[in-house]
Amino acid sequence: MLGLSKKDTSLLIIVCILALFAPFILNPFPEGSAMAQFNAGYPDLMQRLVIFGIFAIGFNILFGLTGYLSFGHAAFLGVGSYAAIWMMKLLTMNVIPAIVVSIIVAGAFSLLVGWISLRRSGIYFSILTLAFAQMSYALAYSVLTPITGGETGLQPKYTDPRIFDRALEQGESARANLFGLQMNSSAELSVGNWLFTFNAGYYLAAIVMIVAFYMSIRIFRSPFGLMLRAVKSNQNRMNYTGMNSKPYTLAAFVISGMYAGLAGGLLVAMDTQVGAERMFWTASGEVVLMTILGGAGTLIGPVLGAGFIKYMENIVSKINKGILEQWFAFLPDGIEDLLITLVYPFIGKGWHLTLGMIFMLVVIFLPGGLVEGGQRVAAMFRRKKSNPETPDGKTTPAE
Amino acid sequence: MGILEVKNVGKRFGGLQALGDVNLSVAENSVHAIIGPNGAGKSTLLNCLVGLLIPDTGSVMFDGQSVLGRKPYEINQMGISRVFQTPEIFGDLSVMENMMIPCFAKRDGAFQLSAFKNMMDDKEIIENAEAMLEDMNMADKREMHGAALSRGDKRRLEIGMCLSQQPRLLLLDEPTAGMARADTNNTIDLLKQIKEERDITIAIIEHDMHVVFSLAERITVLAQGTPLVEDTPDNIKGHPKVREAYLGETQAA
Repeated sequence: MLGLSKKDTSLLIIVCILALFAPFILNPFPEGSAMAQFNAGYPDLMQRLVIFGIFAIGFNILFGLTGYLSFGHAAFLGVGSYAAIWMMKLLTMNVIPAIVVSIIVAGAFSLLVGWISLRRSGIYFSILTLAFAQMSYALAYSVLTPITGGETGLQPKYTDPRIFDRALEQGESARANLFGLQMNSSAELSVGNWLFTFNAGYYLAAIVMIVAFYMSIRIFRSPFGLMLRAVKSNQNRMNYTGMNSKPYTLAAFVISGMYAGLAGGLLVAMDTQVGAERMFWTASGEVVLMTILGGAGTLIGPVLGAGFIKYMENIVSKINKGILEQWFAFLPDGIEDLLITLVYPFIGKGWHLTLGMIFMLVVIFLPGGLVEGGQRVAAMFRRKKSNPETPDGKTTPAE
Repeated sequence: MGILEVKNVGKRFGGLQALGDVNLSVAENSVHAIIGPNGAGKSTLLNCLVGLLIPDTGSVMFDGQSVLGRKPYEINQMGISRVFQTPEIFGDLSVMENMMIPCFAKRDGAFQLSAFKNMMDDKEIIENAEAMLEDMNMADKREMHGAALSRGDKRRLEIGMCLSQQPRLLLLDEPTAGMARADTNNTIDLLKQIKEERDITIAIIEHDMHVVFSLAERITVLAQGTPLVEDTPDNIKGHPKVREAYLGETQAA
């Protein structure tokens, strides 16, 4: 279907189901129950899950396929965001021009950065991209204040030209929309104690994510994708096979930059304000973590990694001491206090500690990321079921 | 006029004159071996042929065109394929994918942005790659990872990858280095078979005399950066200068 193999089609269908039914899947606990704080089915978080999913899918095209580790992809996300907000200020609050222009501008910027950075490989490439991203951040924060709004950032104002929309009244706030459908409008469905929210912005982002995911499958399975994997595997052999690796890596860089720009544009479509902090190096590092945690070079890994990290960031960071006391209330006082003291550093503001530990465990024990974890579990079940006559599909080399 | 003409090539690394004044002509459809003791400049010469090094003086012409100053991928696209001393294959990719890459390179050139085609739908490439795997007796290993192959199979795959580009000149850099005797003999047989079945020129740099004398039609002996003598294998065997510079040493040892 759609030029995909059977296996890829089923993967795409799984992603579609996950994305379209996320409001149910992420809201498994009834309102008001003790577990309700683990619900992630609210629009703001769901939007972030899929948008950063897009960001990671794009990053994986560069890092997962070619092995070139960029430490500056947040710059493209930021540039995309600024382009999008300017479209909203200049033209219209409709998100379509904002998103399209964010992709184009980020693509052009990544062409420049990639053209320079790809003169080097390995650690030097990473440092060059990092330098570019930090320069962009510093520029956006200071020198380019007339364009970027500096510290305060940018948001729609009543002084904006808005060529296609009428000018805003003073005090009136502009809302991003898709041909009149407001991005922050939601429908709610209440079933028993459960409350499910279906948000217009989320569904726009989810559909874009599905398209982005589909395109990444096509790239992975194309001759172009094969050449990118060849770059990662043996660039020397590639050059002596009559292939020029430069344009291949540059194309991968620009494509992943455009994905980042798309993510940046969508962020603005959901929440119409931009600040320079989204270009900061920690944001670039985050997408590296997402990709590796989920499984670099796998199709679905980056999406899982992005979802996992954004979920942790929003959910684990919300657990506070009071909630811990509630959880451990049934224990004797001494043990309760001890447990709270032990767990406390890992929650709330300490969620980075939890993330760091999980990241270390994954890198050490599951180098292929969460995807490898899933494969191992699946293999375990398969072995139990069809023991022992079928050896697993991989043939061991005779050497 | 040979297919590969090396004229007055010199290369100096600091104080070391790696290549003095090398003249070499490789005739079309011949097997030409370049031998010489360690440090004779064999590898330097080879690197000058494939674009890795640019000689200080002289010219290298392939089929009437200069290769100097061209990048390795451009020289490959001209029709020169290189087999490395340690097999260079795509270790992370399957044997089939390894074989498909040179097929794409041959047909589509040095770069093509075909990001929305499915590579497994490309009948022509699949057929070419499968036929070459068949020729190399590797069809049963097509799903294996390149890195998992044995040394001999890696070499076989690498030669197959080079051949699937239908090069006019195949450069082999010590193709049997570090191989067991059985693998060495297999490689010799494979190269002989290639020579019989295809219109191809083979230039081979080799240490192993057994390999050289079983394959080569012409031999150039290199010593201290200059060609000592060029002749047929039979004449080389008995040549006093060669015995002195090269064979003599090994026989005495």
